[in-house]
Amino acid sequence: MKIRNMLAASACVLALGAGVANAETFKWSFQGDVQSLDPHGLNETFTLGFLGNVYEGLTSYSSDLQIQPGLAVSWENTAPTTWIFKLREGVKFHDGGDFNADDVIFTWKRTLTSGSDMKGYGARMSDIKKIDDYTIQVETPAPNPILPRELVFYYMMDKEWSEKHNSVEATSPKAADATATYAAQNANGTGPFILAERQPDVRSKFTRFDGYWKDIPTNVTEVHFTPISQGATRVAALISGELDMVYPVPVQDWKRLDSAEGVRPLTGPEARTIFLGMDQWRDELLYSNIKGKNPFKDQRVRAAMAHAIDLNAIDKKIMRGAAVPAGLLLAPQINGFDADLNSPYAYDPEKSKKLLTEAGYPEGFELGMDCPNNRYVNDEKICQAVVGLLARVGIKVDLNAQPKSKYFAKVSPQNGNDTSFYLLGWTPSSMDVHNVLYNLMSSFDAEKNTGQFNYGRYSNTRIDEIAGNVEKETDQTKRQNMVAEAFSILQKDVGYLPLHQQPLSWGVRDGVTLAQRADNVLDLRYVVIGK
Amino acid sequence: MFKFVSMRLLQSIVVMLVVGLIAFGLFRFVGDPINNMVGQDTTLAEREALTESLGLNDPFLVQYGRFVSNAVQGDFGMSYRLRQPVSGLIAERFPATLELSLISAFLALALGVPMGIYTALKPKSIITRGFMTLSLMGVSLPTFLIGILLILFFGVTLRWLPTFGRGEVIDLGWWSTGFLTASGLKSLILPAITLAIFQMTLIVRLVRAEMLEVLRTDYIKFAHARGLSPRLINFSIALRNTLVPVITIIGLQVGSIIAFAIITESVFQWPGMGLLFIQAVSEVDIPVMAAYLLLIAFVFVVINLVVDILYFVVDPRLRVQS
Repeated sequence: MKIRNMLAASACVLALGAGVANAETFKWSFQGDVQSLDPHGLNETFTLGFLGNVYEGLTSYSSDLQIQPGLAVSWENTAPTTWIFKLREGVKFHDGGDFNADDVIFTWKRTLTSGSDMKGYGARMSDIKKIDDYTIQVETPAPNPILPRELVFYYMMDKEWSEKHNSVEATSPKAADATATYAAQNANGTGPFILAERQPDVRSKFTRFDGYWKDIPTNVTEVHFTPISQGATRVAALISGELDMVYPVPVQDWKRLDSAEGVRPLTGPEARTIFLGMDQWRDELLYSNIKGKNPFKDQRVRAAMAHAIDLNAIDKKIMRGAAVPAGLLLAPQINGFDADLNSPYAYDPEKSKKLLTEAGYPEGFELGMDCPNNRYVNDEKICQAVVGLLARVGIKVDLNAQPKSKYFAKVSPQNGNDTSFYLLGWTPSSMDVHNVLYNLMSSFDAEKNTGQFNYGRYSNTRIDEIAGNVEKETDQTKRQNMVAEAFSILQKDVGYLPLHQQPLSWGVRDGVTLAQRADNVLDLRYVVIGK
Repeated sequence: MFKFVSMRLLQSIVVMLVVGLIAFGLFRFVGDPINNMVGQDTTLAEREALTESLGLNDPFLVQYGRFVSNAVQGDFGMSYRLRQPVSGLIAERFPATLELSLISAFLALALGVPMGIYTALKPKSIITRGFMTLSLMGVSLPTFLIGILLILFFGVTLRWLPTFGRGEVIDLGWWSTGFLTASGLKSLILPAITLAIFQMTLIVRLVRAEMLEVLRTDYIKFAHARGLSPRLINFSIALRNTLVPVITIIGLQVGSIIAFAIITESVFQWPGMGLLFIQAVSEVDIPVMAAYLLLIAFVFVVINLVVDILYFVVDPRLRVQS
């Protein structure tokens, strides 16, 4: 009887819901929650992508990652280091405040405060002048051809709201009390969705902002977000119909989603490149049986490694054919990609053995490998496959797979890059090639902050030079030629062993259409719930 | 009695200090929290500055000392991962864990004790064999597997019950309860069963073993000889004598239900302290881990205290001695 009552009650609720015209609720889940709602608190893709539904930058990404106007209607590079941005008029923040030039200047200053994790982007501008309420003049410290691209995730905050709530400084993880973290738990942007309720780690609810300035495809009026950490539970919640969309879906569950009724897996190439790196700077490897010298200083040994790894086998056996084998450290979606250079090293174990013999290691050698086991799609399995493939040419690899917190603590420069051979994935946050040249390919230099993720400390002075020039070059053809030269050098040096671009792995309920962005961001503007 | 209780509470402070010390000694091996707190574009110098400002470069004894002196003043620090005061986070999560644990403990006791008595009194009945087989499965299947199987059957196939979360909750002051809404109650069923199964099977087996032992003793035989009714003998005399070890074990089990709801909570995305803790471990959220471990140490101390007091109630000989 009780159950029947409950059913009747829920039927009533359903009927009520159907009565309201076009009220559509979209329920989705990711494996974790955002750390903070402060748009300047953490420069990380999921956080910024999530907040992109509430906050907006001067520019924005279309669903295929092309730059389009956001809160700026147009921009112009009037002198090498000067940009004029025309701001959009009539844009309102969720609390009713107007968006104008003062907010941009306020935001810029806020990103430079000590708690901000967007300092790097803030420092790309040396001054912002207000010309009138809707025109600003931006000065950059050096010519910067990709400034509009770097402003996509540079979210605008309301000066008045921030002042009212004592949030004029970005909330740092060190903030002492709850008042200082107001902006970390509340939000007031110009985006299409308003934060209605938030319980960190449990749920966040959003409602559609009626005053949004742009016509967007979505018919969603309410959004419920729940983080679910276990992959199996996430998938079960999708199949049971409690959720409309979940990600990431474990690769082994794709078949299940295919065969289950009413849901489908949504896969596509992600802009994240997975690659292997080798210690090329120590005089003796930390984890190897070769003493007194470092085999990876010999280009032939690095080439032998490259030819021993069968990218297609990894793709087929481990990634279920959904990865894109790569020759570059750069995905096709990234600005500066060069298709001509993207052919992987050929799989040729015979050649590999020959190279090892030439280099003086006919019997191969022993090597320790570091690998994360909860960071990338099937990361540990990829490493296991690499271990198997290298064993065929005589290189005996001892695999050390650890959770990401331990892995990064070990291999990062803070710990002196304590590794001989490692797996890493990289999506340039600016979606531009310079980020790759700067972080992965430039020589490590703590002062200049170059090569911070060049854990094997590959170093080539010509590439360092090119990286510096690409940053400033405003002529697209010249820039692209320099990029091509840098990547050719890297390939000849075998500085890295690129594996593939990993697949995006989303699960969606039938009837829901959305845009799957290559940076693994769910943009609610494109979510349409059908009947 | 008062002296006894206050001594025990004093001891609990020592226990908590030691737990904290060990915890801080171990945190160095959990990994680096900084990488999870900043984006990939953050410079090395900024990372170093953050490490320094969080005091992570200090020797662990210094970190521990700072934690204790703040904790004494009621300040457990800010969560690295959620950027909120830890005390608030734990207060927010505690009701979820406690409601789940209490319901599970109740289920385990309400089913386990009668089943244990029945299997002891009727060792040869078919139902007893059924119970014993079930309890064998209960102790041998891992909790997460039971959880996933329940989700698949009741959540995905039959779609009777929700697969995750706590449903709608109602706030009663600082306490949020799921007992007052239909979705809250429905959400509670699967995790409560998952968490209860292991405890229940343990109780069945324990009660049965103890009861069989007691039933063989001379005073039970004598009671039969006196012609007392079997009902009186079994429930008033035998059961009471069975209870002392059972209470000890159950007490400890209640502690572990609260402490180790971690697996059940993470399978069902139950927003309790266990889930908070497991996520703190994976993101190296040191303030949350430290506060949680201390709280669990305290819970165990209190439960042991309650168990000791229950001994007095159940066993008259102890009362005489004291």
